[in-house]
Amino acid sequence: MVTDSEANVATYGANDLKPGLKILLDGDPFTIVDSDFVKPGKGQAFTRIRVRNLKNGRVIERTFKSNETVEEADAIEQEMQYLYQENGLYHFMEPTTFEQLTATEQAMAEAKPWLREQDTVTVTLFNGEILSVSPPHFVNLRIEATEPGIRGDTATGGSKPATMETGAVVRVPLFIEEGEVIRVDTRTGTYISRVKE
Amino acid sequence: MAHAATIRRRAALLHDIRTFFEARRMLEVETPLLSRHATTDPAIHSLVSSWGGKTCFLATSPEFPMKRLLAAGLGPIYQISKVFRDGERGRLHHPEFTMLEWYRPGFTLQDLICEVDELLHATLGELALPQAMILDYEQALFDSCGVHLDADPEQLWPVLQAVGWTKDLPAPAVWQDLLFGTMVVPRLGHDQPVFITNFPPDQSALAVIDPGPPPRAQRFELIVHGMELANGFLELRDATEQQQRFAADNARRLGLSLDPMPMDEHLLAALQSGLPPCSGVALGLDRLLMIACHSNSIDEVLAFPIERA
Repeated sequence: MVTDSEANVATYGANDLKPGLKILLDGDPFTIVDSDFVKPGKGQAFTRIRVRNLKNGRVIERTFKSNETVEEADAIEQEMQYLYQENGLYHFMEPTTFEQLTATEQAMAEAKPWLREQDTVTVTLFNGEILSVSPPHFVNLRIEATEPGIRGDTATGGSKPATMETGAVVRVPLFIEEGEVIRVDTRTGTYISRVKE
Repeated sequence: MAHAATIRRRAALLHDIRTFFEARRMLEVETPLLSRHATTDPAIHSLVSSWGGKTCFLATSPEFPMKRLLAAGLGPIYQISKVFRDGERGRLHHPEFTMLEWYRPGFTLQDLICEVDELLHATLGELALPQAMILDYEQALFDSCGVHLDADPEQLWPVLQAVGWTKDLPAPAVWQDLLFGTMVVPRLGHDQPVFITNFPPDQSALAVIDPGPPPRAQRFELIVHGMELANGFLELRDATEQQQRFAADNARRLGLSLDPMPMDEHLLAALQSGLPPCSGVALGLDRLLMIACHSNSIDEVLAFPIERA
Protein backbone atom coordinates (compact mmCIF):
# COMPACT_ATOMS: atom_id res chain seq x y z
CA MET A 1 0.00 0.00 0.00
CA VAL A 2 1.23 3.51 -0.79
CA THR A 3 0.07 6.86 0.46
CA ASP A 4 -0.41 9.71 -1.97
CA SER A 5 1.04 12.56 0.10
CA GLU A 6 -0.76 15.36 -1.75
CA ALA A 7 -4.27 13.98 -1.52
CA ASN A 8 -3.47 11.99 1.63
CA VAL A 9 -5.36 9.02 0.18
CA ALA A 10 -4.08 5.49 0.67
CA THR A 11 -4.25 3.37 -2.48
CA TYR A 12 -3.55 -0.20 -3.56
CA GLY A 13 -1.94 -1.15 -6.87
CA ALA A 14 -4.23 -3.47 -8.85
CA ASN A 15 -1.61 -6.22 -8.40
CA ASP A 16 -1.99 -5.98 -4.61
CA LEU A 17 -5.76 -6.46 -4.52
CA LYS A 18 -6.18 -9.52 -2.31
CA PRO A 19 -9.20 -11.05 -0.55
CA GLY A 20 -10.05 -9.33 2.72
CA LEU A 21 -8.86 -5.82 1.76
CA LYS A 22 -11.40 -3.01 1.96
CA ILE A 23 -11.54 -0.63 -0.98
CA LEU A 24 -13.58 2.34 -2.12
CA LEU A 25 -15.46 2.13 -5.45
CA ASP A 26 -17.76 4.95 -6.61
CA GLY A 27 -17.77 6.29 -3.04
CA ASP A 28 -18.97 3.03 -1.47
CA PRO A 29 -16.87 0.73 0.73
CA PHE A 30 -16.33 -2.84 -0.47
CA THR A 31 -14.47 -5.84 0.84
CA ILE A 32 -12.61 -8.03 -1.67
CA VAL A 33 -14.03 -11.57 -1.80
CA ASP A 34 -11.90 -13.00 -4.57
CA SER A 35 -9.19 -11.82 -6.96
CA ASP A 36 -7.84 -13.25 -10.18
CA PHE A 37 -4.81 -12.31 -12.34
CA VAL A 38 -5.62 -12.46 -16.06
CA LYS A 39 -2.85 -12.11 -18.63
CA PRO A 40 -2.26 -13.49 -22.07
CA GLY A 41 1.37 -14.45 -22.79
CA LYS A 42 1.51 -11.54 -25.22
CA GLY A 43 -0.61 -8.66 -23.98
CA GLN A 44 -2.11 -6.53 -21.28
CA ALA A 45 -2.44 -7.83 -17.69
CA PHE A 46 -5.65 -7.37 -15.69
CA THR A 47 -6.76 -7.96 -12.13
CA ARG A 48 -10.36 -9.11 -11.75
CA ILE A 49 -11.94 -8.88 -8.34
CA ARG A 50 -15.25 -9.87 -6.81
CA VAL A 51 -16.22 -7.41 -4.10
CA ARG A 52 -19.01 -7.22 -1.55
CA ASN A 53 -20.62 -3.85 -0.87
CA LEU A 54 -20.30 -3.30 2.87
CA LYS A 55 -23.48 -1.21 2.89
CA ASN A 56 -25.92 -3.57 1.20
CA GLY A 57 -24.08 -6.89 0.91
CA ARG A 58 -24.36 -7.02 -2.89
CA VAL A 59 -21.48 -8.74 -4.68
CA ILE A 60 -20.20 -7.24 -7.96
CA GLU A 61 -17.23 -7.78 -10.27
CA ARG A 62 -14.64 -5.22 -11.30
CA THR A 63 -11.67 -5.44 -13.65
CA PHE A 64 -8.57 -3.23 -13.57
CA LYS A 65 -5.45 -2.90 -15.67
CA SER A 66 -2.51 -4.01 -13.55
CA ASN A 67 -1.00 -0.50 -13.51
CA GLU A 68 -4.14 1.10 -12.07
CA THR A 69 -4.60 2.01 -8.42
CA VAL A 70 -7.65 1.67 -6.20
CA GLU A 71 -8.46 3.73 -3.10
CA GLU A 72 -8.47 2.06 0.29
CA ALA A 73 -11.79 2.24 2.15
CA ASP A 74 -11.26 3.70 5.58
CA ALA A 75 -13.56 1.14 7.19
CA ILE A 76 -12.60 0.22 10.75
CA GLU A 77 -13.72 -2.52 13.08
CA GLN A 78 -14.26 -1.86 16.76
CA GLU A 79 -15.91 -3.30 19.84
CA MET A 80 -19.19 -1.73 20.92
CA GLN A 81 -21.83 -2.59 23.49
CA TYR A 82 -25.38 -3.28 22.31
CA LEU A 83 -27.84 -1.20 24.39
CA TYR A 84 -31.41 -1.52 23.11
CA GLN A 85 -33.71 -1.51 20.09
CA GLU A 86 -36.25 1.24 19.44
CA ASN A 87 -38.37 1.90 16.33
CA GLY A 88 -36.31 -0.45 14.17
CA LEU A 89 -33.01 1.18 15.13
CA TYR A 90 -30.41 -0.60 17.24
CA HIS A 91 -28.43 1.50 19.69
CA PHE A 92 -24.76 0.81 20.43
CA MET A 93 -22.24 2.46 22.75
CA GLU A 94 -18.49 2.83 22.47
CA PRO A 95 -17.41 1.57 25.94
CA THR A 96 -14.59 4.07 26.56
CA THR A 97 -16.01 7.34 25.17
CA PHE A 98 -19.70 6.44 25.79
CA GLU A 99 -20.41 7.75 22.28
CA GLN A 100 -23.63 6.24 20.95
CA LEU A 101 -24.41 5.14 17.37
CA THR A 102 -27.39 3.40 15.78
CA ALA A 103 -27.49 0.48 13.34
CA THR A 104 -30.23 -0.30 10.81
CA GLU A 105 -32.10 -3.61 10.47
CA GLN A 106 -29.91 -4.33 7.42
CA ALA A 107 -26.64 -3.79 9.34
CA MET A 108 -28.04 -6.02 12.13
CA ALA A 109 -29.18 -8.86 9.86
CA GLU A 110 -26.34 -11.23 10.76
CA ALA A 111 -26.15 -10.44 14.49
CA LYS A 112 -29.80 -9.91 15.42
CA PRO A 113 -30.72 -13.56 16.27
CA TRP A 114 -27.85 -13.80 18.76
CA LEU A 115 -27.62 -10.47 20.58
CA ARG A 116 -28.82 -9.65 24.07
CA GLU A 117 -28.79 -6.18 25.58
CA GLN A 118 -25.40 -5.36 27.17
CA ASP A 119 -23.54 -7.83 24.88
CA THR A 120 -20.25 -6.61 23.37
CA VAL A 121 -19.84 -7.12 19.61
CA THR A 122 -17.58 -6.12 16.71
CA VAL A 123 -19.03 -3.43 14.44
CA THR A 124 -17.67 -2.19 11.10
CA LEU A 125 -17.68 1.61 10.88
CA PHE A 126 -17.34 3.74 7.75
CA ASN A 127 -17.66 7.54 7.78
CA GLY A 128 -19.00 7.34 11.34
CA GLU A 129 -21.83 4.96 10.36
CA ILE A 130 -22.34 1.36 11.45
CA LEU A 131 -22.17 -0.72 8.26
CA SER A 132 -22.45 -4.12 9.83
CA VAL A 133 -22.55 -5.85 13.19
CA SER A 134 -20.82 -9.21 13.64
CA PRO A 135 -21.88 -11.48 16.48
CA PRO A 136 -19.18 -13.32 18.45
CA HIS A 137 -18.48 -16.74 16.89
CA PHE A 138 -19.79 -18.41 20.06
CA VAL A 139 -22.55 -17.18 22.38
CA ASN A 140 -24.08 -18.61 25.56
CA LEU A 141 -27.87 -18.31 25.53
CA ARG A 142 -30.68 -19.40 27.88
CA ILE A 143 -33.42 -21.60 26.44
CA GLU A 144 -36.77 -19.88 26.66
CA ALA A 145 -38.91 -22.74 25.34
CA THR A 146 -38.52 -26.35 24.21
CA GLU A 147 -40.65 -29.50 24.39
CA PRO A 148 -39.65 -32.01 27.07
CA GLY A 149 -37.37 -34.65 25.55
CA ILE A 150 -38.59 -38.24 25.19
CA ARG A 151 -35.84 -40.74 25.93
CA GLY A 152 -35.22 -43.31 23.26
CA ASP A 153 -36.94 -41.26 20.55
CA THR A 154 -34.53 -41.41 17.66
CA ALA A 155 -37.05 -40.72 14.88
CA THR A 156 -36.18 -37.02 15.00
CA GLY A 157 -32.44 -37.72 14.82
CA GLY A 158 -32.08 -37.26 18.56
CA SER A 159 -32.70 -33.52 18.46
CA LYS A 160 -35.52 -31.03 18.90
CA PRO A 161 -36.04 -27.32 18.27
CA ALA A 162 -35.43 -24.86 21.11
CA THR A 163 -36.22 -21.16 21.18
CA MET A 164 -33.48 -19.03 22.72
CA GLU A 165 -33.99 -15.94 24.86
CA THR A 166 -33.07 -13.85 21.78
CA GLY A 167 -35.76 -15.53 19.67
CA ALA A 168 -33.36 -17.65 17.58
CA VAL A 169 -34.35 -21.30 17.10
CA VAL A 170 -31.55 -23.87 17.49
CA ARG A 171 -31.76 -27.67 17.31
CA VAL A 172 -30.63 -29.16 20.62
CA PRO A 173 -30.23 -32.74 21.93
CA LEU A 174 -33.28 -34.31 23.57
CA PHE A 175 -31.86 -34.12 27.12
CA ILE A 176 -31.67 -30.30 27.07
CA GLU A 177 -34.46 -28.62 29.01
CA GLU A 178 -36.09 -25.23 29.30
CA GLY A 179 -34.13 -22.71 31.37
CA GLU A 180 -30.74 -24.29 30.63
CA VAL A 181 -27.89 -22.28 29.07
CA ILE A 182 -26.24 -23.62 25.90
CA ARG A 183 -23.28 -22.60 23.76
CA VAL A 184 -24.10 -21.91 20.09
CA ASP A 185 -21.86 -21.42 17.02
CA THR A 186 -23.37 -18.30 15.39
CA ARG A 187 -21.71 -19.00 12.01
CA THR A 188 -23.66 -22.22 11.55
CA GLY A 189 -26.45 -21.65 14.08
CA THR A 190 -25.72 -25.00 15.71
CA TYR A 191 -25.64 -26.30 19.29
CA ILE A 192 -22.14 -26.86 20.70
CA SER A 193 -22.60 -27.83 24.37
CA ARG A 194 -24.50 -27.35 27.61
CA VAL A 195 -23.06 -24.58 29.79
CA LYS A 196 -22.95 -25.22 33.53
CA GLU A 197 -23.64 -22.12 35.54
CA MET B 1 3.71 -27.19 -3.29
CA ALA B 2 3.87 -30.24 -5.54
CA HIS B 3 3.32 -33.79 -4.33
CA ALA B 4 6.12 -36.28 -4.92
CA ALA B 5 3.99 -37.87 -7.69
CA THR B 6 3.81 -34.49 -9.48
CA ILE B 7 7.57 -34.00 -9.21
CA ARG B 8 8.04 -37.47 -10.75
CA ARG B 9 5.50 -36.66 -13.47
CA ARG B 10 7.55 -33.56 -14.36
CA ALA B 11 10.66 -35.70 -14.80
CA ALA B 12 8.71 -38.10 -17.05
CA LEU B 13 7.35 -35.14 -19.05
CA LEU B 14 10.86 -33.75 -19.62
CA HIS B 15 11.99 -37.20 -20.74
CA ASP B 16 9.04 -37.59 -23.16
CA ILE B 17 9.67 -34.14 -24.65
CA ARG B 18 13.36 -34.91 -25.27
CA THR B 19 12.44 -38.28 -26.81
CA PHE B 20 9.90 -36.56 -29.06
CA PHE B 21 12.44 -34.07 -30.43
CA GLU B 22 15.30 -36.54 -30.62
CA ALA B 23 13.13 -38.76 -32.87
CA ARG B 24 12.68 -35.70 -35.11
CA ARG B 25 16.43 -35.04 -35.18
CA MET B 26 16.13 -31.67 -33.51
CA LEU B 27 19.00 -30.15 -31.57
CA GLU B 28 18.58 -29.23 -27.92
CA VAL B 29 20.28 -25.91 -27.15
CA GLU B 30 20.97 -23.68 -24.17
CA THR B 31 21.07 -19.89 -24.45
CA PRO B 32 21.86 -17.21 -21.83
CA LEU B 33 19.35 -16.41 -19.11
CA LEU B 34 21.24 -13.22 -18.24
CA SER B 35 21.60 -10.52 -20.88
CA ARG B 36 22.36 -6.80 -21.31
CA HIS B 37 19.30 -6.66 -23.60
CA ALA B 38 15.66 -7.22 -22.81
CA THR B 39 12.24 -7.42 -24.36
CA THR B 40 10.72 -4.05 -25.23
CA ASP B 41 7.14 -5.39 -24.95
CA PRO B 42 5.33 -2.93 -22.62
CA ALA B 43 3.20 -5.77 -21.15
CA ILE B 44 6.20 -7.89 -20.15
CA HIS B 45 8.38 -6.81 -17.24
CA SER B 46 11.94 -8.11 -17.04
CA LEU B 47 13.54 -8.85 -13.69
CA VAL B 48 16.66 -6.76 -13.26
CA SER B 49 20.01 -8.10 -12.12
CA SER B 50 23.60 -6.97 -12.57
CA TRP B 51 26.92 -8.25 -13.78
CA GLY B 52 30.12 -6.46 -12.77
CA GLY B 53 28.08 -3.40 -11.83
CA LYS B 54 26.31 -3.29 -15.20
CA THR B 55 22.55 -3.71 -15.41
CA CYS B 56 21.46 -7.07 -16.79
CA PHE B 57 18.05 -8.63 -17.30
CA LEU B 58 16.79 -12.15 -16.71
CA ALA B 59 15.31 -13.73 -19.85
CA THR B 60 11.53 -13.41 -20.24
CA SER B 61 11.80 -15.80 -23.21
CA PRO B 62 14.71 -17.51 -25.01
CA GLU B 63 13.43 -16.19 -28.35
CA PHE B 64 16.11 -13.63 -29.25
CA PRO B 65 19.23 -15.77 -28.70
CA MET B 66 17.53 -18.80 -30.31
CA LYS B 67 16.86 -16.74 -33.43
CA ARG B 68 20.56 -15.83 -33.49
CA LEU B 69 21.35 -19.56 -33.54
CA LEU B 70 18.83 -20.06 -36.37
CA ALA B 71 20.47 -17.25 -38.36
CA ALA B 72 23.80 -18.98 -37.75
CA GLY B 73 22.40 -22.03 -39.56
CA LEU B 74 21.90 -24.52 -36.74
CA GLY B 75 18.66 -25.83 -38.25
CA PRO B 76 15.70 -26.99 -36.17
CA ILE B 77 16.37 -26.32 -32.46
CA TYR B 78 14.53 -26.60 -29.18
CA GLN B 79 15.15 -25.46 -25.63
CA ILE B 80 13.68 -26.15 -22.21
CA SER B 81 14.53 -23.18 -20.04
CA LYS B 82 13.48 -21.20 -17.03
CA VAL B 83 12.16 -17.72 -17.82
CA PHE B 84 11.29 -14.86 -15.49
CA ARG B 85 8.58 -12.20 -15.56
CA ASP B 86 8.05 -9.58 -12.91
CA GLY B 87 4.56 -8.77 -11.64
CA GLU B 88 2.95 -11.99 -12.87
CA ARG B 89 1.35 -13.95 -10.06
CA GLY B 90 -1.96 -15.78 -9.93
CA ARG B 91 -3.60 -19.15 -10.27
CA LEU B 92 -1.94 -19.66 -13.67
CA HIS B 93 1.05 -17.33 -13.28
CA HIS B 94 4.34 -17.56 -11.44
CA PRO B 95 7.24 -15.09 -11.85
CA GLU B 96 9.64 -17.97 -12.65
CA PHE B 97 8.39 -20.69 -14.95
CA THR B 98 9.59 -23.28 -17.45
CA MET B 99 9.25 -22.63 -21.16
CA LEU B 100 9.57 -25.16 -23.95
CA GLU B 101 10.46 -23.25 -27.11
CA TRP B 102 11.24 -24.62 -30.55
CA TYR B 103 11.88 -23.37 -34.09
CA ARG B 104 11.29 -25.08 -37.41
CA PRO B 105 13.01 -23.64 -40.51
CA GLY B 106 10.84 -24.21 -43.57
CA PHE B 107 7.66 -24.93 -41.56
CA THR B 108 4.46 -23.02 -42.26
CA LEU B 109 2.29 -22.07 -39.29
CA GLN B 110 -0.02 -24.96 -40.24
CA ASP B 111 2.92 -27.43 -40.18
CA LEU B 112 3.85 -26.24 -36.71
CA ILE B 113 0.25 -26.50 -35.43
CA CYS B 114 0.31 -30.18 -36.47
CA GLU B 115 3.59 -30.74 -34.65
CA VAL B 116 2.33 -29.05 -31.45
CA ASP B 117 -0.75 -31.28 -31.58
CA GLU B 118 1.49 -34.34 -31.97
CA LEU B 119 3.58 -33.23 -28.98
CA LEU B 120 0.39 -32.93 -26.90
CA HIS B 121 -0.55 -36.50 -27.72
CA ALA B 122 3.02 -37.76 -27.17
CA THR B 123 3.26 -36.18 -23.73
CA LEU B 124 -0.35 -36.51 -22.47
CA GLY B 125 -1.04 -39.94 -23.98
CA GLU B 126 -2.83 -41.20 -20.86
CA LEU B 127 -5.49 -38.46 -21.21
CA ALA B 128 -6.41 -39.60 -24.76
CA LEU B 129 -7.14 -36.01 -25.83
CA PRO B 130 -9.44 -35.73 -28.84
CA GLN B 131 -8.18 -34.27 -32.14
CA ALA B 132 -7.58 -30.52 -31.87
CA MET B 133 -9.73 -27.99 -33.71
CA ILE B 134 -8.68 -24.72 -35.36
CA LEU B 135 -10.71 -21.59 -34.68
CA ASP B 136 -10.42 -18.09 -36.15
CA TYR B 137 -9.72 -15.37 -33.53
CA GLU B 138 -12.62 -13.22 -34.64
CA GLN B 139 -14.98 -16.23 -34.70
CA ALA B 140 -13.91 -17.22 -31.17
CA LEU B 141 -14.51 -13.65 -30.00
CA PHE B 142 -17.94 -13.59 -31.62
CA ASP B 143 -18.92 -17.03 -30.25
CA SER B 144 -18.07 -16.00 -26.68
CA CYS B 145 -18.97 -12.30 -26.61
CA GLY B 146 -21.22 -11.62 -29.62
CA VAL B 147 -18.94 -8.87 -30.94
CA HIS B 148 -16.72 -8.55 -34.00
CA LEU B 149 -13.31 -6.89 -34.20
CA ASP B 150 -14.90 -3.78 -35.76
CA ALA B 151 -17.59 -3.55 -33.04
CA ASP B 152 -18.68 0.01 -32.27
CA PRO B 153 -18.73 1.39 -28.71
CA GLU B 154 -22.48 0.76 -28.25
CA GLN B 155 -21.97 -2.95 -28.98
CA LEU B 156 -18.82 -3.22 -26.84
CA TRP B 157 -20.03 -1.36 -23.80
CA PRO B 158 -22.44 -3.96 -22.35
CA VAL B 159 -19.93 -6.76 -22.95
CA LEU B 160 -17.13 -4.88 -21.19
CA GLN B 161 -19.41 -3.99 -18.28
CA ALA B 162 -20.34 -7.66 -17.90
CA VAL B 163 -16.69 -8.45 -17.15
CA GLY B 164 -16.43 -5.61 -14.63
CA TRP B 165 -14.95 -2.86 -16.83
CA THR B 166 -16.54 0.45 -15.83
CA LYS B 167 -14.08 3.02 -17.16
CA ASP B 168 -13.65 4.68 -20.56
CA LEU B 169 -13.64 2.53 -23.67
CA PRO B 170 -10.08 1.17 -23.91
CA ALA B 171 -7.89 0.97 -27.03
CA PRO B 172 -8.63 -2.01 -29.33
CA ALA B 173 -5.56 -3.98 -28.21
CA VAL B 174 -6.68 -3.59 -24.57
CA TRP B 175 -10.35 -4.56 -24.94
CA GLN B 176 -9.34 -7.44 -27.19
CA ASP B 177 -6.96 -8.73 -24.51
CA LEU B 178 -9.59 -8.18 -21.82
CA LEU B 179 -12.37 -10.09 -23.59
CA PHE B 180 -10.00 -12.76 -24.88
CA GLY B 181 -8.56 -13.36 -21.39
CA THR B 182 -11.84 -13.27 -19.45
CA MET B 183 -14.52 -14.49 -21.87
CA VAL B 184 -12.87 -16.45 -24.67
CA VAL B 185 -9.96 -18.48 -23.24
CA PRO B 186 -11.70 -19.79 -20.07
CA ARG B 187 -14.52 -21.28 -22.19
CA LEU B 188 -12.35 -23.04 -24.75
CA GLY B 189 -10.44 -26.30 -24.86
CA HIS B 190 -12.57 -28.32 -22.45
CA ASP B 191 -13.79 -30.84 -25.03
CA GLN B 192 -10.76 -30.75 -27.31
CA PRO B 193 -7.57 -28.66 -27.68
CA VAL B 194 -8.24 -25.46 -29.67
CA PHE B 195 -5.78 -23.57 -31.85
CA ILE B 196 -6.81 -19.92 -32.28
CA THR B 197 -5.42 -18.44 -35.51
CA ASN B 198 -5.59 -15.21 -37.56
CA PHE B 199 -4.96 -12.73 -34.77
CA PRO B 200 -5.72 -9.04 -35.35
CA PRO B 201 -2.59 -7.06 -36.32
CA ASP B 202 -2.70 -5.25 -32.95
CA GLN B 203 -1.83 -8.64 -31.40
CA SER B 204 1.01 -9.51 -33.76
CA ALA B 205 3.97 -9.43 -31.30
CA LEU B 206 6.85 -10.93 -33.37
CA ALA B 207 4.72 -12.56 -36.07
CA VAL B 208 4.53 -11.80 -39.77
CA ILE B 209 1.41 -9.80 -40.67
CA ASP B 210 -0.48 -11.11 -43.70
CA PRO B 211 -1.63 -7.92 -45.48
CA GLY B 212 -5.01 -9.49 -46.31
CA PRO B 213 -7.45 -7.79 -46.54
CA PRO B 214 -8.20 -7.97 -43.71
CA PRO B 215 -4.65 -7.89 -42.32
CA ARG B 216 -4.05 -10.72 -39.85
CA ALA B 217 -1.03 -11.74 -37.72
CA GLN B 218 0.38 -15.15 -38.66
CA ARG B 219 0.15 -16.34 -35.11
CA PHE B 220 -1.61 -19.13 -33.20
CA GLU B 221 -2.46 -19.75 -29.60
CA LEU B 222 -3.19 -23.20 -28.17
CA ILE B 223 -5.90 -23.42 -25.52
CA VAL B 224 -6.47 -26.53 -23.40
CA HIS B 225 -8.89 -26.72 -20.45
CA GLY B 226 -9.56 -22.98 -20.56
CA MET B 227 -5.86 -22.20 -20.30
CA GLU B 228 -3.45 -20.60 -22.77
CA LEU B 229 -0.78 -23.24 -23.27
CA ALA B 230 1.32 -22.17 -26.27
CA ASN B 231 1.93 -19.26 -28.62
CA GLY B 232 3.29 -19.77 -32.14
CA PHE B 233 4.42 -17.41 -34.87
CA LEU B 234 5.42 -17.36 -38.46
CA GLU B 235 8.54 -15.47 -37.46
CA LEU B 236 9.23 -11.93 -38.56
CA ARG B 237 12.50 -11.86 -40.56
CA ASP B 238 12.63 -8.23 -41.65
CA ALA B 239 15.33 -6.46 -39.58
CA THR B 240 13.99 -2.98 -40.38
CA GLU B 241 10.45 -3.83 -39.36
CA GLN B 242 11.74 -5.56 -36.22
CA GLN B 243 13.66 -2.44 -35.27
CA GLN B 244 10.57 -0.30 -35.89
CA ARG B 245 8.46 -2.56 -33.64
CA PHE B 246 11.11 -2.35 -30.88
CA ALA B 247 11.17 1.45 -31.19
CA ALA B 248 7.35 1.65 -31.19
CA ASP B 249 7.28 -0.55 -28.05
CA ASN B 250 9.75 1.74 -26.29
CA ALA B 251 7.67 4.78 -27.28
CA ARG B 252 4.60 3.11 -25.76
CA ARG B 253 6.63 2.28 -22.63
CA LEU B 254 7.44 5.98 -22.19
CA GLY B 255 3.74 6.79 -22.49
CA LEU B 256 3.04 4.30 -19.69
CA SER B 257 5.82 5.77 -17.48
CA LEU B 258 7.88 2.58 -17.97
CA ASP B 259 11.62 2.67 -18.66
CA PRO B 260 12.51 2.00 -22.30
CA MET B 261 14.48 -1.24 -22.61
CA PRO B 262 17.80 -1.79 -24.43
CA MET B 263 16.73 -3.46 -27.70
CA ASP B 264 18.70 -6.54 -28.70
CA GLU B 265 21.19 -5.27 -31.30
CA HIS B 266 22.57 -8.79 -31.72
CA LEU B 267 19.14 -10.03 -32.82
CA LEU B 268 18.79 -7.15 -35.30
CA ALA B 269 22.26 -7.97 -36.71
CA ALA B 270 21.28 -11.65 -37.00
CA LEU B 271 18.07 -10.73 -38.86
CA GLN B 272 20.14 -8.52 -41.19
CA SER B 273 22.48 -11.40 -41.96
CA GLY B 274 19.40 -13.52 -42.72
CA LEU B 275 16.99 -15.61 -40.70
CA PRO B 276 15.71 -18.65 -42.61
CA PRO B 277 11.91 -18.66 -43.11
CA CYS B 278 10.67 -20.42 -40.00
CA SER B 279 7.89 -20.92 -37.54
CA GLY B 280 8.44 -21.04 -33.80
CA VAL B 281 6.40 -21.76 -30.71
CA ALA B 282 6.69 -21.29 -26.94
CA LEU B 283 4.81 -23.66 -24.65
CA GLY B 284 4.30 -23.27 -20.90
CA LEU B 285 5.67 -26.52 -19.49
CA ASP B 286 4.26 -26.01 -15.99
CA ARG B 287 0.77 -25.64 -17.45
CA LEU B 288 1.28 -28.79 -19.56
CA LEU B 289 2.14 -30.54 -16.29
CA MET B 290 -1.00 -29.04 -14.69
CA ILE B 291 -3.07 -30.71 -17.41
CA ALA B 292 -1.25 -34.02 -16.96
CA CYS B 293 -1.85 -33.90 -13.18
CA HIS B 294 -5.39 -32.40 -13.26
CA SER B 295 -4.08 -29.48 -11.18
CA ASN B 296 -6.13 -26.37 -10.64
CA SER B 297 -3.25 -24.04 -9.75
CA ILE B 298 0.33 -23.66 -10.98
CA ASP B 299 1.46 -23.83 -7.33
CA GLU B 300 0.45 -27.50 -7.31
CA VAL B 301 3.12 -28.36 -9.89
CA LEU B 302 6.00 -26.28 -8.49
CA ALA B 303 8.36 -27.75 -5.89
CA PHE B 304 8.26 -24.45 -3.98
CA PRO B 305 6.20 -21.42 -5.06
CA ILE B 306 7.86 -17.98 -4.87
CA GLU B 307 6.30 -17.10 -1.51
CA ARG B 308 8.25 -20.01 -0.01
CA ALA B 309 11.20 -20.15 -2.42
